[in-house]
Amino acid sequence: MRVLLVDDEKELVTTMAQRLALRGIDADWVTSCEDALKSVEAESYDIAILDVKIPGLSGIELKKKLEEKCPGMKFIFMTGHGSEKDYKEGAAEAGVEYYLVKPINIEFLIEKMHKVLEK
Amino acid sequence: MSRQWETIGELGLQFFGKISASISHEIKNTLAIMNENAGLLEDYCQLADKSKPVDPGRLKEVASSIRNQIRRTDGIVTNLNRFAHSTDQWMMGVDVGDFLRFMCQLTGRLAFIRGVRLKPEPLSASVKIQTNLFFLEHLFWLCLDFAISMAGEGRTIRLTADALQTGVRIILRGLEGLAGSPKTNFPGRHGKTLLRVLEGELEINEAAGELVLILPKEVSQ
Repeated sequence: MRVLLVDDEKELVTTMAQRLALRGIDADWVTSCEDALKSVEAESYDIAILDVKIPGLSGIELKKKLEEKCPGMKFIFMTGHGSEKDYKEGAAEAGVEYYLVKPINIEFLIEKMHKVLEK
Repeated sequence: MSRQWETIGELGLQFFGKISASISHEIKNTLAIMNENAGLLEDYCQLADKSKPVDPGRLKEVASSIRNQIRRTDGIVTNLNRFAHSTDQWMMGVDVGDFLRFMCQLTGRLAFIRGVRLKPEPLSASVKIQTNLFFLEHLFWLCLDFAISMAGEGRTIRLTADALQTGVRIILRGLEGLAGSPKTNFPGRHGKTLLRVLEGELEINEAAGELVLILPKEVSQ
């Protein structure tokens, strides 16, 4: 499984990448939409974990652009915003099954990544 | 007039909510980082339990990162507390340089998410005014919100102020997008009401890419 982590909080994505690596999951990280788009041009990823709010584009806009460049790529959103209702509506709007609320449990994230990739 | 106060109160609450939501998001981010760092420490402990080598330098780095995030969170919560106390008094003395720095900290994330940085510049002299702080914060946010939408290629808005005989002139620079942009309704009906209450004036200089907010030394009411 190859994972791309996208969040403007560098320390968050670098630490998540280290923890995923310790579990045998190959994860790259970027902190901007531009770098996310460059990454999928250079490498192939199975799944992207995107923050809902990233400078430049919204997470949903970024997902659309990534899908154009990398058809078949799966997505999970993470957010520090809103209520449970917002998350459900946000997930429906984004066309994703999982819209995880920070702070995220890494084992829970991995479980959801496997579920998304099984589909 | 009572309708005006109702509007100020209702939209003031919305402004309070917007800032609080942004701050809670910032805190969620620092908590998320601390959560990952704590998890990484647990991962290292599990490796050690299995007699696998763990570099003490890495442990120090993680501890240092947690301490940095605690410091960052403390700053965020201190700003939230200061913002919450903005309504304590109807009129209070405001140091304008300090106010500009505070507003940059308070709204920096809202600007950053729109790809803009806020940069307070040191004032040549201390400037103080007597005003309603919460209304001023609200009016200034309306100015910043507009300025962010008009930020030029540098994507940096520089904030400064000059003392006037009658008060202060706060200047927001770097609004290169003003030139040639379609007419907006800024400051809008609500902004105009706040300007009236604070006895202020707004000037927009398209050619210079500047927004100027002029405020009196002391609001008369």
